[in-house]
Amino acid sequence: MSVLVYTESENGKFKKTAFEVASYAKAVADQLGTTVTAVAVNADDVSELGKYGVDKVLKVSNADLKTFNAKSYASVLKQAAENESSKVVVVSSSADSKYLAPLLAVNLDAGYASNVVEVPSSTSPFTVKRTAFTNKAFNITTIDTNVKIVGVSNNSYGLVENSASATAEDFAPSVPTSGVTVESVDKVTDKVTIADAEIVVSAGRGLKGPENWGMIEELAEVLGAATACSKPVSDLGWRPHSEHVGQTGKPVAANLYIAIGISGAIQHLAGINASKVKVVINTDPEAPFFKAADYGVVGDAFEVVPALIEKLKAFKAANA
Amino acid sequence: MKILVCISHVPDTTSKINFTDGDSKFDTNGVQFVINPNDEFGLTRAMWFKEKQGASVDVVNVGGPETEPTLRKALAIGADTAIRVNTPAVDGYQVAKELAKVVKDGGYDLVIAGRESIDYNGAMVPGMLAELVDANFVTNCISLEVDGTSAKAIREIDGGKETVSTSLPLVIGGQKGLVEESDLRIPNMRGIMMARKKPLNVVEATSAETETSSVKFEKPASKGAVTLVDADNLDELVNLLHNEAKVI
Ligand SMILES: Cc1cc2nc3c(=O)[nH]c(=O)nc-3n(C[C@H](O)[C@H](O)[C@H](O)COP(=O)(O)OP(=O)(O)OC[C@H]3O[C@@H](n4cnc5c(N)ncnc54)[C@H](O)[C@@H]3O)c2cc1C
Repeated sequence: MSVLVYTESENGKFKKTAFEVASYAKAVADQLGTTVTAVAVNADDVSELGKYGVDKVLKVSNADLKTFNAKSYASVLKQAAENESSKVVVVSSSADSKYLAPLLAVNLDAGYASNVVEVPSSTSPFTVKRTAFTNKAFNITTIDTNVKIVGVSNNSYGLVENSASATAEDFAPSVPTSGVTVESVDKVTDKVTIADAEIVVSAGRGLKGPENWGMIEELAEVLGAATACSKPVSDLGWRPHSEHVGQTGKPVAANLYIAIGISGAIQHLAGINASKVKVVINTDPEAPFFKAADYGVVGDAFEVVPALIEKLKAFKAANA
Repeated sequence: MKILVCISHVPDTTSKINFTDGDSKFDTNGVQFVINPNDEFGLTRAMWFKEKQGASVDVVNVGGPETEPTLRKALAIGADTAIRVNTPAVDGYQVAKELAKVVKDGGYDLVIAGRESIDYNGAMVPGMLAELVDANFVTNCISLEVDGTSAKAIREIDGGKETVSTSLPLVIGGQKGLVEESDLRIPNMRGIMMARKKPLNVVEATSAETETSSVKFEKPASKGAVTLVDADNLDELVNLLHNEAKVI
């Protein structure tokens, strides 16, 4: 009956979202008066999960699961959910979790709600709040099936510590062959990704050209942030498509989003609105972004950004 | 190769989002509907297959008669036949089940859907469909090549991309990258005229099974006015971000 949570790891280490979904699963388990079981695939040290409320960890160690495969991983989770007779399965909103969740839903005959931003307001009927219309609205939805899958929106619930200790149990599910084979993975490992970042520094057409991104990267580095851009910037080839954020690009739900030389078109704002604090730097005080932002600087990015980098360096040195 | 492109009928990205009937329904008043942008990239890639590799391209939508102009637009862009499953789209599972029937009946080799619709953002129909028809599945797909029955695709992952090999039958959740923005086609007069004569087949829904129910919608709380900081006083910005917003 325990709440099952898929805690993602990479190269043996848990991702931050793993702790967030564990925290969320703990809250749901408390509502239902049950415990939390996590599934960890090829993770080195699973004891950390206890800190976020996990009671039991099903440790899967299998070389066939070395690279993520939606079909195989969905099958592992299905077997775990059946093993635990789980009625609620919690996953994150990472690209991988969003890939496997619909497959798992069909396999478990479970209803699935994605982009959920709060703990259920009721467990009977099981009622969740999710974002819709690309963050322009919320949708209150009930999941009506016996088994339910909740996809938690990144950075919406946060990490909640709990002084539980997790017991580990080896779990050896069968791994079906998949018709999709990963040939190669091309991934930047030394940079924070937009999905995982707490701070995102984003720049738009106001930057005039790709040669001016040095200061954006430097600002991001000082803040430990990911870099992003508006759609025209990626369309023009100034920055890679993977940095395009907004309604037709990646969604951003960071703690801090800094928009530099971005006007704040409705399609851009839709995608980044879930971020908690927004800062805009723009020469035009009439730019629509000022209506969406918490803090704003009316000024030339080419002066403001280098100055801000210096201030932040001084701040970091003083608070180190 | 028989290709089916799933077309979601969604409000234009500039639409004001409002609700009616006690906040239970999307207010379509004055709203322009378009082909879901993620589906349009897929449709454009399908046209490439048709023209370069000799495929047939059908489009499908699960929805009421109001979605027909969107299907006609897809025909004007170049699809051969449109299918409308005559039932309102209620949840991801119900839509996936209806689509599964269309896929099985039509014997499609490749189904191209969008990674998500920009209205409901469920991101589940393509995956559920793939599982229901027992096809291979690649989502967040930014490149797709098909050679005979084998396919090579690139999937965007968090922080990078992954190249996969797979085979037909295949379901794709597509997005920008599948084709570039500049490859998108605006229907021309000839296309629009031809689209009028192309078949738009209405088929009845088979099941009304759903797994989730929408209760109501809420709009985000309106936010307070922006705090402006002088460009010469950036210490104040650092101070606010640290002490007030507590984000650095
Ligand atoms: C279907 C559709 C989907 C879309 N999806 C997206 C999406 O997902 N994401 C997205 O971003 N856009 C999207 N757009 C595009 C969107 O409508 C805007 O065109 C785009 O966001 C504008 O990008 P921008 O702010 O970088 O450029 P602009 O609108 O050109 O704004 C540049 C800004 O920079 C400021 N500026 C100029 N010089 C300086 C300086 N020296 N210092 C500081 N500021 C300066 C200007 O005042 C201006 O406000 C979409 C559009 C459509 C039609």
